[in-house]
Amino acid sequence: MNRIDNLFAQKDGLLSIYFTAGYPQIDDTRRILLGLEKAGVDFVEIGMPFSDPLADGPVIQRASLDALNNGMCVKRLIDQLDGVRSEVQMPIILMGYINPVLHYGFEKFVSDIKACGVDGLIIPDLPWDEYLNTYKPLLDAANIRFIPLIAPQTPDERMRQIDQDAQGFIYMVASAGITGNIKTSEDYRTRYFERVRSLGLRNKRMIGFGVKDSAGFAHACRHASGAIIGTAFVRHVKEYGTDEKSIAQFISSIKGA
Amino acid sequence: MSKYSVSEQGFYGRFGGAWVPEMLYPNVENLRQNYLKILASDEFQTTYTSLMKDYVGRPTPLTYSQKLSDLYHAHIYLKREDLAHTGAHKINNAIGQVIMAKMMGKDRIIAETGAGQHGVATATACALLDVKCVVYMGALDIERQAPNVARMKMLGAEVVAATSGNCTLKDATNEALRDWISNPEDTFYVIGSVVGPHPYPDLVARLQSIISQETRLQLKEHTGSELPNYVVACIGGGSNAAGSFYHFLDDESVNLVAVEAAGLGLDSGETAASIARGTEGIIHGSRTMLMQTDDGQITEPYSISAGLDYPGVGPLHSYLHSCGRATVLSATDQEALDAARLLTRSEGIIPALESAHALAALPKLSFRPDDVVAVTVSGRGDKDMQTYMNRLM
Repeated sequence: MNRIDNLFAQKDGLLSIYFTAGYPQIDDTRRILLGLEKAGVDFVEIGMPFSDPLADGPVIQRASLDALNNGMCVKRLIDQLDGVRSEVQMPIILMGYINPVLHYGFEKFVSDIKACGVDGLIIPDLPWDEYLNTYKPLLDAANIRFIPLIAPQTPDERMRQIDQDAQGFIYMVASAGITGNIKTSEDYRTRYFERVRSLGLRNKRMIGFGVKDSAGFAHACRHASGAIIGTAFVRHVKEYGTDEKSIAQFISSIKGA
Repeated sequence: MSKYSVSEQGFYGRFGGAWVPEMLYPNVENLRQNYLKILASDEFQTTYTSLMKDYVGRPTPLTYSQKLSDLYHAHIYLKREDLAHTGAHKINNAIGQVIMAKMMGKDRIIAETGAGQHGVATATACALLDVKCVVYMGALDIERQAPNVARMKMLGAEVVAATSGNCTLKDATNEALRDWISNPEDTFYVIGSVVGPHPYPDLVARLQSIISQETRLQLKEHTGSELPNYVVACIGGGSNAAGSFYHFLDDESVNLVAVEAAGLGLDSGETAASIARGTEGIIHGSRTMLMQTDDGQITEPYSISAGLDYPGVGPLHSYLHSCGRATVLSATDQEALDAARLLTRSEGIIPALESAHALAALPKLSFRPDDVVAVTVSGRGDKDMQTYMNRLM
């Protein structure tokens, strides 16, 4: 069984953290992973930096460019993750854009990340239909979950379609926007969360994009299985560093009360 | 249906597609479902046709160049997009898309621009048709293209500086796409070239196809035949080339020649020749030839011409090249500058630097004396006077 499936079968109120590989320092990946697991995070998303990250806001874009300048690339990340399963038990998801993955070679990519023990993949600019038609069999064979996104502007019918073929969980983009965008009002979000809930989808959902603090986390937990926090964490490690204590502080500020 | 037409899924051979995040899917899908219906509708056709004629000043002339004909030993005709309102072919597309946006009930327009020509064209169309206009432009380009920034502002557009990445066209495009993701309800994204997710490459090609539609009729008047032996146009994203080739695609006797910007030279590392020196990948929602690193990171191209300075190229052109339908040549900065001077001194036409790349390809082709050649002068050189003064005088 896949670690993501296991986790969602057992628990609700999940906290997932996103961080950009190779940032702030090129070799921070392992350290951040260990710090997050120790701090009680349920699973992680590791961002593979890309030069043109369309779905990300300025903080993650900046971190991505710094990571690339630090020398991060797909191959380097895979090297860093080699053997990670001797130290880290929680599910690991890689998040990135399609071009570097295709350039690496999709088949080789899947086989290499499987060897590292990666459980899931989020590629915002790989459209769902393209995934179903071309890439699903490879990922299924590797027991790696491809996590779809839905957004407030996604029609009900399409949500249902996506739900039908999805495995792992569904990533609910909370705002009409890009990561780190918190302009959307709470009312608007709540209506959207309720609309999705009323569809009775078979997959569990996680809420992300614009969740940044304990109130946002609690709100998300009332409407889904939990939340994914990225921008706020990336900002935190930039300012306070990646040591165990700094990470623990951030996580307790989210889980807090 | 031509074998060079886009498929229903948005592909030209293996190129194209709509590689967009789910957040953009409803917008792109809505456009895909409506664009052909709208283009074919009486309302659109009536408005577009009359604006092209009475506002843009179409048909643009097809000028016979005696001196270039003598020089290159062929019959050289110039398709004069430089004489269109706002000074380039970009207006053909901008007006079409703004009409479409209004018909789809959108009242806010966003656009990206590099040199500023598409930004000016879009701001112009929005002023004329009373729609709010926001243009994204790289912060560096805003500095380099001050006159066009002033024009956009005078036309009432808001010019937003893209400060991410290298602060040029690629980054302006990213910012415009982000804006669209954040404002899905009221906003229409007017893309300026035959790039981006399906249906944009096809939509823009259709709107620019008025160029080749006119060329055929004008050639018939001039030569007795609608068909030239060669059509020559520059390509960055490739919108004027797509429009210049469009109605000749199925006439296999017509040689289609696309000219990329070689910058300092194809092997100098400072080039924008995406087909000659790029590799296959996905940029801004489309699978095409592009400039990238071994890790699949998209790199910054270089050309003296800001309008050709894009790391990718429209998927149609990648396809036409891959199946041998089009010949892809390139011209360096210096070759383009020399060609601009030659046209200026021989015909009294100052071409845009982009268009000068097309002219610079003429000596690289071997013509027979009877050959009829249609070269698209995609824009006028007013915007490039600073560069011309620095480099040519």
